[in-house]
Amino acid sequence: MAAPRVIVVGAGPAGTRAAELLAAAGLRPTVVDEGRASGGQIYRRQPPGFRRDARTLYGTEAGRATALHATFDGLGLAIDYLPETLAWNIHGGALYVQREERARRLPFDALLIATGATDRMIPLPGWTLPGAFSLGAAQIALKAQACAIGSRVVFLGTGPLLYLVASQYVKAGAQVAAVLDTAPPGARWKGLPLMAARPALLAKGAVLIAQLMRAGVTMRRGVVPRRVLADAAGTRVAGVAIATPDGGEEVIACDAVGMGWHLRAESQLADLAGCAFDFDADSRQWLPRADEDGRASAPGIYLAGDSARILGADGAEIAGRLAALAVLKDLGLPAPPGQDVAALRRQRQVMDRFRRGLALAFPWPAGLVASLPDETLVCRCEAITAGALRQSVTELDAPEMNRAKAFSRTGMGRCQGRFCGIAGAEIVAAARGVPVEAAGRLRGQAPVKPLPVAAMADDASTLEATR
Amino acid sequence: MTAHPAATAPLLRRLGETHRAPVAFTIDGQPATALEGDTLLTALLLNAGALRQSEFGDGPRAGFCLMGACQDCWVWTEDGGRLRACGTPVQPGLRIVTRGAPWPPLG
Repeated sequence: MAAPRVIVVGAGPAGTRAAELLAAAGLRPTVVDEGRASGGQIYRRQPPGFRRDARTLYGTEAGRATALHATFDGLGLAIDYLPETLAWNIHGGALYVQREERARRLPFDALLIATGATDRMIPLPGWTLPGAFSLGAAQIALKAQACAIGSRVVFLGTGPLLYLVASQYVKAGAQVAAVLDTAPPGARWKGLPLMAARPALLAKGAVLIAQLMRAGVTMRRGVVPRRVLADAAGTRVAGVAIATPDGGEEVIACDAVGMGWHLRAESQLADLAGCAFDFDADSRQWLPRADEDGRASAPGIYLAGDSARILGADGAEIAGRLAALAVLKDLGLPAPPGQDVAALRRQRQVMDRFRRGLALAFPWPAGLVASLPDETLVCRCEAITAGALRQSVTELDAPEMNRAKAFSRTGMGRCQGRFCGIAGAEIVAAARGVPVEAAGRLRGQAPVKPLPVAAMADDASTLEATR
Repeated sequence: MTAHPAATAPLLRRLGETHRAPVAFTIDGQPATALEGDTLLTALLLNAGALRQSEFGDGPRAGFCLMGACQDCWVWTEDGGRLRACGTPVQPGLRIVTRGAPWPPLG
């Protein structure tokens, strides 16, 4: 009997631990990675020729990062590693991948999706200006390129990444104009009982905030942002306007803003595989359904890491192991020695408690999103306004997000709704006067990212199979 | 009509790793220098204030996510090729255009 064909998509913490375990069980998994080297976004490696040490790059997580990189590099030929490769469709029991202009169809018996997350975004007026970047982008510029996104940077949004990136900028010698958190001042106390599940991580967070205070960085909570301001020429960021209690506005001057409201799961492949999704009220987003080990509702599909639940990097390593063990069990193969499924499940539950605590401490400001002014560019790909999206409901009676997309093109652009979809659903729901879950979610579409036409034409069977 | 993207001051600020070898390329025909290991996005935004003009007429753009998700950093080469700047390493001799790109202007 031929060896089972197992594919792992993603080589971050979840994908790496899954691949390690599958290889230890005697399989030779294929690992599809959009990156040039393993590590994912959180443990992204700097390019060859850069000299900063792991401590400088990853701070308190240096040990975990180097361990994960070493594990992956040590797998060598025990896996079939496909770097710089995009997984862009799932159809008929096969994964469709593309590297440069070459497309391939990879049939599988089991597919483990560990594609991570992106920043969850609020399309504030002015967010398309040069100098406005996602928080993740601000971190990547520093970590992978030793650059700051500007000379005087505001960090705006909510979630642990807000404080982490700000502190990394301070350490690297960049000037941080302010850290503006939209979470109400009392919110973190609400999250505390659940976040106490991971006291060490909580302590790390407290240290970060203390470092920012010592550095004299302005930090505000309960911020209501109005817009990102442009300079006189309209060509770059010049400040962030926030509401004042008396109904006025205060401007915080800066030449760059890093913004993000925690994370959103990168779940398109699970969607294309036919997985069921559920609305997660804690994080206020739709997530693919999975059992405690990561089995999705579609046969042969397994989910791990932030693309399934935003558990963070440590949680992703655990989820990657659990999902790999589930793959082995379902294929009727023995687990490698020393794997304690019950202990891993318990650890995952701890991570999930913390996740729910974070969602309380750093809530998504749904009301702010729903009330974005009509002139706001919600869809940055095609410059579609909040007003146009609202009209798709008020004038054309779109009942949910996919119809609103068809009417307005919001979410139809090149990013496929990654940066406007969650906010768009809030706007549609508010316009209809229904809860956000009733506005649905944008369905994933293949290709999940733009492909060169040559990549498809190159392989006639690809075209045939996706017709 | 807004000023063309490269006409404004550089957007990014380099904080270190300056020992790397220089790489020569051009932006709208003007010579520019980056360092080996810079992405094309880094190389462009250390020399210019934006990457391109939005094809929908709403002004200049300079990328957003830097992780290949937002698709906002595609730039054109002089010979009509398209590159996602955040994931493409800068190469010696690359010739990038940030204006007059072969895209039909609207409005």
